[in-house]
Amino acid sequence: MVFGLLKYGLNPRFHPKEFIKESRDLKPSYDVVIIGGGGHGLAAAYYLARDWGITNVAVLEKSWLGGGNTGRNTAIIRSNYLTPEGVEFYDESVQLYKNLSQELDYNILYSERGHFTLAHTDSAIRTSRWRAEVNKHLGVNSEVVYRDDLAQMVPLLNLSEDVRYPVLGALYHPPGAIARHDAVAWGYAGRAAELGAEIHQNTEVIGINVENDKVISLETNKGTVTCGKVLQAVAGQSSEVSRLAGFDLPIRTIPLQACVSLPVKPILDPIIVSGSLHVYISQSDRGEFVMGGSTDPYPRYQTSSSLDFMEGLMGHILELLPFMGELPVLRQWAGLADMTPDFSPVMGETPVQNYYIDAGWGTWGFKATCVSGKRMAETLATGVTPKILEPFALDRFRTFDLVGEKGAASVGH
Amino acid sequence: MKIINCPLNGQRNAQEFVYGGEVEPHPNPHLVSDDEWASYVFIEKNLSGKVLEWWCHVPTAYWFIAERDTKLDEIFKTYDPSKIFKERIDFLPPEDSSKKTTESAVNNMHNTDSIKKNTTEGNS
Ligand SMILES: Cc1cc2nc3c(=O)[nH]c(=O)nc-3n(C[C@H](O)[C@H](O)[C@H](O)COP(=O)(O)OP(=O)(O)OC[C@H]3O[C@@H](n4cnc5c(N)ncnc54)[C@H](O)[C@@H]3O)c2cc1C
Repeated sequence: MVFGLLKYGLNPRFHPKEFIKESRDLKPSYDVVIIGGGGHGLAAAYYLARDWGITNVAVLEKSWLGGGNTGRNTAIIRSNYLTPEGVEFYDESVQLYKNLSQELDYNILYSERGHFTLAHTDSAIRTSRWRAEVNKHLGVNSEVVYRDDLAQMVPLLNLSEDVRYPVLGALYHPPGAIARHDAVAWGYAGRAAELGAEIHQNTEVIGINVENDKVISLETNKGTVTCGKVLQAVAGQSSEVSRLAGFDLPIRTIPLQACVSLPVKPILDPIIVSGSLHVYISQSDRGEFVMGGSTDPYPRYQTSSSLDFMEGLMGHILELLPFMGELPVLRQWAGLADMTPDFSPVMGETPVQNYYIDAGWGTWGFKATCVSGKRMAETLATGVTPKILEPFALDRFRTFDLVGEKGAASVGH
Repeated sequence: MKIINCPLNGQRNAQEFVYGGEVEPHPNPHLVSDDEWASYVFIEKNLSGKVLEWWCHVPTAYWFIAERDTKLDEIFKTYDPSKIFKERIDFLPPEDSSKKTTESAVNNMHNTDSIKKNTTEGNS
């Protein structure tokens, strides 16, 4: 085996697969420029090429691919939302995710685990029931389960009544899954580049030139590029970038923290979430427990980790899964979440012509990478917003027609 | 940011405070257009850098103003709101208001659907 490895390693015929060609200079002009090389921007580049044959495209990423929230999230994928608009939208993404490894010919380690949202109060049981009924109505597999079911389905869970917040039941969503988040970004990037899109890392957009309410060109640290259409997909930097184009957003940038434990052998199959306790946990394929909660208490553009977060998280985790007391935490980090008032994204047209936005992904946007990439590509290519995106238009904040998704999106991602 | 200097209570643990949003001019709801009002309610500056904000010391229910840098996560100045808000502001309806306010009350009733959607009690 060692010799085999050496033989292949030293043989010049077996190059490591080169995903993206080496950075060259920016061309003076592109049909479409995508600002932000996270999952969303890269997926949009891929679907623009695959579905619409649009390949004169540049993705501009100020640092490295997937270095934003795409590489920081806890990778939960599900569609058990509360509003019919939300359920339909996220379910399209789940369907796309299921085949993504084959589609991209790159293993994203999609792993269907089942997803439990624990309820500790009567009102939480009521919301679970509500979500289950909306889900079932739209063909999404969800049901409410109670304590005796949980005892069998998640034997590790502490069901004692002698705790501060005893578990009363849960919303069970069998299709709930996790995936390897970096692989999603790399897979989309690799295929998009193969189809002809250019991906430029270390390329920051620093100015946006708008004439007569129409975007004309972008200023970057590597020069000016003129563009037909622009897609902005920069998550935590959404407000700062849209300001360059001349408009403000209903978004606050608030850090979201997460952490992982030392890896151990597989013992927890499903994903466990508690909205009331503001925690969620799953075990990755590497064996690490991946944990997180709700966002930090106030907005900022800075990704420091805090002891406050860790204390709050662990207090509850230890109550739900007491064995976690034996495991040290290995890493803790944060990402900048672009939070909207209704816990739903902002997608589609903006006040600037030919300038489209994909933002407001807050703490829940990883699972939407496929659907938003696909549907934003459609929006740019056809100039018409598809029906499935209509509820998420920026304009809803002018007409007070929000998509109240807080009950299903504030924790549990 | 672990300690916040409260103008009323002095230096206190940051956990005792809540964030209350950007300081921005409050338009008179009777006089502005629906668009302007919606923008006041939802749209944020969300600046990366120096900002002016409302904060509240929860145990004493005392609201004050803080100058903060959102990139450095540092509050460098706090003061009582009276430093900015010198006089009481009443948002009085215009003269022929009685008719207008009923009209808007009626409009509001039509809007209850979207309001309901947005205030559903979540499990968090
Ligand atoms: C800790 C944490 C846990 C999460 N857990 C989940 C989860 O379990 N499930 C889920 O569905 N979602 C989750 N999310 C949310 C999810 O990660 C994001 O919504 C999603 O990754 C957003 O993808 P994106 O491509 O829009 O943004 P990003 O991946 O952040 O990409 C945006 C990119 O734009 C670049 N950029 C910014 N400004 C500029 C500029 N001026 N010029 C050029 N490039 C620029 C950035 O460098 C960045 O790479 C979590 C988020 C965090 C922080």
